[in-house]
Amino acid sequence: MKRVVITGAGTINALGHSVPETLEAMREGRCGIAELEFRDVERLAIRIGGQVRGFEAEGRFNRQQMSLYDRFTQFTLTAAKEAITQSGLEFHGELSAKSGVVLGTAGGGVSTWDENYRSVYEEGKNRVHPFVVPKLMNNAAASHVSMEHNLKGPSFTVSTACASSNHAMAQAFAMVRSGMAPVMITGGSESMLCFGGVKAWEGLRVMSKDACRPFSANRNGMVQGEGAGIFVFEEYEHAKKRGAEILCEVSGFAMSSDASDIVMPSKQGAARAMAGALADARIDPGEVGYINAHGTGTAANDKTECAAVADVFGRHADSLMISSTKSMHGHLIGGTGAVELLACIMALRDGVIAPTIGYEEPDPECALDVVPNVAREAKVEVALSNAFAFGGLNAVLALRRV
Amino acid sequence: MSISDRVIAIIAEQAVLEPSDVSPDSTLEDLGIDSLGLVESIFAIEEEFDISIPFNANEPTQSDFDISNVAAIIAGIEKLVSEKA
Repeated sequence: MKRVVITGAGTINALGHSVPETLEAMREGRCGIAELEFRDVERLAIRIGGQVRGFEAEGRFNRQQMSLYDRFTQFTLTAAKEAITQSGLEFHGELSAKSGVVLGTAGGGVSTWDENYRSVYEEGKNRVHPFVVPKLMNNAAASHVSMEHNLKGPSFTVSTACASSNHAMAQAFAMVRSGMAPVMITGGSESMLCFGGVKAWEGLRVMSKDACRPFSANRNGMVQGEGAGIFVFEEYEHAKKRGAEILCEVSGFAMSSDASDIVMPSKQGAARAMAGALADARIDPGEVGYINAHGTGTAANDKTECAAVADVFGRHADSLMISSTKSMHGHLIGGTGAVELLACIMALRDGVIAPTIGYEEPDPECALDVVPNVAREAKVEVALSNAFAFGGLNAVLALRRV
Repeated sequence: MSISDRVIAIIAEQAVLEPSDVSPDSTLEDLGIDSLGLVESIFAIEEEFDISIPFNANEPTQSDFDISNVAAIIAGIEKLVSEKA
């Protein structure tokens, strides 16, 4: 079994267009959630979200690329470039032949579906652009990363709703750990902030109209975000030999299925995923200093997640820190675990714990140290990143300071 | 059909019961309607009467819309329908 480390990170999300900008916002507890801006937003009951601002595809991509890149692919390529540049890797020869891309997305090219349905149904057009299919397909982003960076090994896309990126990163980790690939590009991306994307979520009646306040007694639902988080997972000896900067180690993971309800979370499923990740990484629960929570800000998730943490960690649950950065960047659905992994890296590498902002009232059902409102300095050896999806599909990653 | 009969028909369909089995003092729990069933019922009622019901599944008891039993739901809908007219 090989050791696996992260040697590059990239992102774009409502908090920033790069990792340094995003981490600065997390340290400052800044909120990236604001009034949504897009066509027909006035027909929505939910009008807030963590939208990426000031990102113009024109200028970044040429005309041919624009006709092929949905916004979720644009986000992915932007974040992948940052991550791969940081790693210093160039893919040629055997490294190129063996390295691949595993990414998560729940919806893929949602705005491409939206725009083209509008065009054929509402505007009555009978012809669509020839590249609608390659633009909207869920694997478009992974494919374009492989083409752009000459990655010829195993590449595919994982779709497990809100756990997509964690499932993807767990899979990429397993491939590097087993020796199958020396390097994997992994993470996830989502871009559902368009009329159809938000309208679908609105129907479920779990969205907040004003703010995402995870663990707070007065929380009233989730807020959607958009963006991407992309990482370079590299075999440890390979990284060491070339003198690469190591951001942290990925030491284990677990996946579990609730096998109970299509939307309601299960304490047992979440607890099995956390305990499984610790066992896989051979980590004693007492070593965990920080958990990046799934923490959606819904009534159901937050209390279930806190109960699961209490079950897994026992008395240590009271001494560890757990925060939800969704309060700042919103819920990136299939991309969320990837952006949230950045908070784990910040905790392990920089000793800064990202806060849960918007926290107003303690909830006895969420009685853990949720790092309310203000970031905190603390030395952390081990962090967990939780993702619990609709459909009852859970994936938890365990990370260690190097 | 009266508003009351129309609401009871929707709730009965969701609960897989006959309308005669749904009484004004039944709670949704009595009828076996869970949180997903409730959200579906609210959607069906909104479609039937072309109204918007203020309901957030995160705080079902704090919404202006009272769902404590069938009679309360009917009263809430009668109010929303009269406000629309």
